[in-house]
Amino acid sequence: MNKPKTLFEKIWDAHVVKRADGYPDALFIDRHFIHEVTSPQAFDGLRKRGIKVFNTKRTTATADHNVPTKDQHLPIKEALSRHQVETLKKNCTEFGVDLYDLGHPYQGIVHIIGPELGLTLPGMTIVCGDSHTSTHGAFGNISFGIGTSEVEQVLATQCVLQYKPKTMRIEVNGTLGKGVVAKDIILYIISKISASGATGYFVEYAGSAITSLSMEARMTICNMSIEMGARGGLIAPDETTFNYIKGRKFAPQGEAFNKKVEEWKQLKTDAGAAYDKVLVYDAVDIAPMITYGTNPGMGIKVTDRIPTVDELREISEQTSFKKSLEYMGLEPGSQLLGKSVDYVFIGSCTNARIEDLRLVASVVKGKKKASNVEVWVIPGSKQVEAQARQEGLDKIFEAAGFELREPGCSACLGMNEDKIPAGKYCISTSNRNFEGRQGPKSRTFLASPLSAAAAAITGKVTDVRELVDK
Amino acid sequence: MKENFSILTSTAVPLSIENIDTDQIIPARFLKATTREGFGENLFRDWRYNESGQSKADFVLNDSKFSGKILVGGKNFGCGSSREHAAWALYDYGFRVVISSFFADIFKNNALNNALLPVQVSDSFLKQLLSAVEKNPAIKITIDLQNQQVSLENGPSENFEINPYKKVCLANGYDDIDYLLSLRSEIKEYDLAHV
Repeated sequence: MNKPKTLFEKIWDAHVVKRADGYPDALFIDRHFIHEVTSPQAFDGLRKRGIKVFNTKRTTATADHNVPTKDQHLPIKEALSRHQVETLKKNCTEFGVDLYDLGHPYQGIVHIIGPELGLTLPGMTIVCGDSHTSTHGAFGNISFGIGTSEVEQVLATQCVLQYKPKTMRIEVNGTLGKGVVAKDIILYIISKISASGATGYFVEYAGSAITSLSMEARMTICNMSIEMGARGGLIAPDETTFNYIKGRKFAPQGEAFNKKVEEWKQLKTDAGAAYDKVLVYDAVDIAPMITYGTNPGMGIKVTDRIPTVDELREISEQTSFKKSLEYMGLEPGSQLLGKSVDYVFIGSCTNARIEDLRLVASVVKGKKKASNVEVWVIPGSKQVEAQARQEGLDKIFEAAGFELREPGCSACLGMNEDKIPAGKYCISTSNRNFEGRQGPKSRTFLASPLSAAAAAITGKVTDVRELVDK
Repeated sequence: MKENFSILTSTAVPLSIENIDTDQIIPARFLKATTREGFGENLFRDWRYNESGQSKADFVLNDSKFSGKILVGGKNFGCGSSREHAAWALYDYGFRVVISSFFADIFKNNALNNALLPVQVSDSFLKQLLSAVEKNPAIKITIDLQNQQVSLENGPSENFEINPYKKVCLANGYDDIDYLLSLRSEIKEYDLAHV
């Protein structure tokens, strides 16, 4: 009998084109997503070598990182950004790659459009020059971020050279409490194992608290795998997955779909398969979470206080911890609850899908934002934006004083003009609270869409359970 | 063809901060270029300069005592964004080696693909290196790729791990595409069988 394998190992092994002693595996890539920021130098590399894209059908492009979120029908004002977006268009035309450019009804954040177009499927290998490629793993595939040299490798050969990472299983069992959503699960896990706790591993998420989640919520979990250092994260596909995929634009249709579903049902970890590491958590221990520091591992329950220097796991963390709190303008041991915020950012590949916008609307419906906050709602894609309008969410946001803009990565990384000003506090549904991430000297509190919506209404860090109980 | 790496002896720059993410190494607003050159100018931009563009005296790259081709950084170096621009910026600035006790996976790959050698040492050896360099900025560190050894001038040394394939690439200036292109027919076969 064959040795039992994890789902990760099954997919990986099925994609190895060449395994040679002393060499990393040449791993075939089924789907390659590209965007304007990490692809231009890769196309230049192809030109220098005089080679074509290996299989244009397997690459899809969109413009997201660097695009304005207002007036997308007008030329991009900022010259460098415009040049980068135009370069993408030029490269896609020259090499024959499909591009969903600004203005296209399928344009949006690369990790949001892949799944919604049915380009992201179970059992695949997927890469993109972006660390949050891990998002796609929610469909039961191997998805990971790569650098530009590797983007060039994939364009040239449809393969990347990779060492097989170790495997980790993270199980979350039980039922989530009121006001607790997927973002809280992943922030909780990262706070437990730190921003480097899964480096070198590929994670499989399992357990009843995971399998009961929608696809949107599973994507939020897998998206932040990289924030604990993991190469990626995946969840075995099930009926929820198949129902999400059914009927999507580029997914197999009709009989071909049914046949695929039978194949996809085999995509699970064998009984008795061994992981290099297993972690088990209980959903009842998870509360609405918020980060206080400058890496995503620095998270607490919203009702807890910030740790003191003495409470840190390791002495070596002290210098970074002090630097971090100084940057954030916060005192060790203090409470975040009640802390005034200046901006609320609802968006990013972590939390800008339709379900996230519905969560926000559920909290703010019939209410108005606090006068001290500015609220930006940036849908993840043109399709999400259209659906939000169709469902009337735009009206709820407008009545609350929120601005519903056009899709892009926006203030998650502040490459475009959506930057949080120096010294200001932003409660953000994005994935990184690094120094200056949302703009030079900006200060970020990462939280769920529910918690961000609650802060928008009260103007301060709030326990959303107090609002939803009413 | 990239620069070949054999033995490097140099003074070093100590940066004793943990979890240095690639947003610090090169902030997103400087990623708008469409070439690989010139990123060194904005390496550690917001730690190096204040808002008006003046050098911050307390940052190590602005301290004339420290210089060299080796950067010694805290644990979990290069975490966060996959931007290869971080490796390009470090290389463009003049670094050829980064020493840390732990590297983020994507950064490590990006560095190796750009002739920037990531050298992983033990926590205790990292501490020794940092304090030796901080005490004596003129002290030299030698990185011997062939023997996979990092040594402190008149001091201790430690061996480091590197994949044999990557070692050959670095020593000879090969890159991964050269190898992958040699597999084209096998890849084509796989592609056709998995439509």
